[in-house]
Amino acid sequence: MKILVCISKAPDTTSKIAFTEGNTKFDENGVQFIVNPYDEWYALVRALEIKEAQGGNVTILSVGGADYEPIIRKALAIGADDAVRIDAQESDSLYVAKQIAEYAKDKGFDIIMCGKETINYNGSVVPGMVAELLDLPYIPLAVKLDVNAGVATLEREVNGGLEVVEVTGSFVLSAAKGMAEQRIPNMRGIMAARTKPLQVVPAFAAETSTKLVSYDLPPAKGACKYIDAEQAGDLIRILHEEAKVI
Amino acid sequence: MSVLIYADSHHGKFPKSSLEAVSYGAAIAASRGTTSVVLTIGTLQGDGGLGKAGAQKVLNASSVHTTDSQQLSRLVVAAAQAQNADVIIFSHDIAGKMIAPRVAARLDAGLIPGATSLPASEGAFKIKKNVFSGKAIAELEVTTSKKVITLLPNSFSVKTDGQDAPVEAFQADLGNTTLKVKEVKSEEKEGEIPLPEADLVVSAGRGLKGPENWGIVETLAHELGAATACSRPVSDIGWRPHHEHVGQTGITIRPNLYIAIGISGAIQHLAGVNGSKTIVVINKDPEAPFFKAADYGIVGDAFEVLPKLIEAAKAYNASK
Ligand SMILES: Cc1cc2nc3c(=O)[nH]c(=O)nc-3n(C[C@H](O)[C@H](O)[C@H](O)COP(=O)(O)OP(=O)(O)OC[C@H]3O[C@@H](n4cnc5c(N)ncnc54)[C@H](O)[C@@H]3O)c2cc1C
Ligand SMILES: Nc1ncnc2c1ncn2[C@@H]1O[C@H](COP(=O)(O)O)[C@@H](O)[C@H]1O
Repeated sequence: MKILVCISKAPDTTSKIAFTEGNTKFDENGVQFIVNPYDEWYALVRALEIKEAQGGNVTILSVGGADYEPIIRKALAIGADDAVRIDAQESDSLYVAKQIAEYAKDKGFDIIMCGKETINYNGSVVPGMVAELLDLPYIPLAVKLDVNAGVATLEREVNGGLEVVEVTGSFVLSAAKGMAEQRIPNMRGIMAARTKPLQVVPAFAAETSTKLVSYDLPPAKGACKYIDAEQAGDLIRILHEEAKVI
Repeated sequence: MSVLIYADSHHGKFPKSSLEAVSYGAAIAASRGTTSVVLTIGTLQGDGGLGKAGAQKVLNASSVHTTDSQQLSRLVVAAAQAQNADVIIFSHDIAGKMIAPRVAARLDAGLIPGATSLPASEGAFKIKKNVFSGKAIAELEVTTSKKVITLLPNSFSVKTDGQDAPVEAFQADLGNTTLKVKEVKSEEKEGEIPLPEADLVVSAGRGLKGPENWGIVETLAHELGAATACSRPVSDIGWRPHHEHVGQTGITIRPNLYIAIGISGAIQHLAGVNGSKTIVVINKDPEAPFFKAADYGIVGDAFEVLPKLIEAAKAYNASK
């Protein structure tokens, strides 16, 4: 099995969200960056489990600047074999997808695994775009993946339940909770990661399709109104008369 | 020119999120002086109520039942070409997240996933979306001539005063796929409101102590006509099914009302619910962080507060 895992960099969930340069840039001051959780816990770990059981190779791919290297090293420390960074700005989803597809198109990957969404952009679109650009089947929101004699069986979230699908040949998936359990890298993995190959390739020429105008913070919430626990029933009247939600 | 909207149905009905996308697309068509065309698959009764929601024309691919992203995107692309659509709309639901990215890549169109506003009425095609799990809003401009948008559920009201729309049969070559559906495992219970579509949600966390105590949560939800949800540890230990888990690693919801009972309000939990219009927090710890995100708070023991709420909800229902 030759597996490609696409990982994106994201600010730690507890980061303070603020902007600079006239609200056009995320303020990275003091922000800790992590591997996007869906990419790491679910896509990468399941890819490693499959490799450990059946042999093969797990390659990490990121589209981004040199600031991506610490998180790529973390993915290598968890157990990926090698990594590629496409040296391009992650300006918009279609642009990123074109970079991934252009790199992957002639490498013969059996599976291209992504996370279900990035926790900063919340797009949930890059893997579907990659699938279309490569003309491959796409299984979004996959919670289970097994591969047996060249046939992959997956479960994906659908309205009101799960759909079980079988696919032969190469495909793209986006991983959601349930696919695997988080792994903590150990000292040996961290040492080994330092010497694993990390290839940097130049960006492919592509146009961008969207651009950021500005960021804004949501309007501040008003103060919480407290209702006495003894008079808890009053809440129902307030929800009807004041909040007008029931 | 036209605006094409793909409306997904479930058990032959159009969920609220699909109707929102139809009304949103109709508003864009009206502002651009073009026609709103809705594409649907499977059997349709009349115009399916889509005209009321704003469709001026309905295309029905009645023989299509596939759930394969490749085939469905070929259908949408064919309809977009046949209708000369320059704006294509989906809901940011399971179907939209699956098909829209493929359509955008095929048409080389810029895509705004999870839009929360109409495009700016003048000048460039600019739209807002939530980023950083609801902690900020970004305004983005689409710079390509064709545009694809997925609309975040519960961010646009459904129109109800439209005219019945003419329905035309639609067909396209769906091509092959190497994907086979083996089985669908339904987790739906009779009469249960699916969480992503619910307007009202009652949710509980580890403060409830054990699965045997969920009866009062379900009763309150039932009295309010609400869906039930839970925090992550609760689904991880198996007290509640996984599809109820909301938050950063679970599902994101934006109901009109979110009642959180015995949930501390960790940032990863808030990420999934902070788009709710009204938030009520019930917690025995006055220092619980959730109160900072709440509109209404009750400091008290859930086992004493909930029976009072259930009683009041029953009285309210009886008086309606
Ligand atoms: C990367 C990451 C991702 C995560 N993703 C998610 C996610 O998607 N969703 C999620 O929910 N969590 C997520 N978590 C976990 C999150 O950080 C919290 O640990 C979790 O939300 C806590 O759940 P809880 O509030 O139910 O439990 P607790 O934190 O144990 O809180 C229980 C609360 O109940 C109150 N309480 C106790 N008894 C009573 C009573 N009798 N009456 C009233 N109140 C009572 C307590 O005061 C307390 O506030 C994630 C964590 C990490 C690190
Ligand atoms: N810059 C990037 N480099 C590599 N993979 C990415 C990048 N951005 C997004 N992805 C992948 O695409 C998934 C969905 O991203 P998004 O559509 O931005 O929510 C992520 O979980 C990653 O697996």
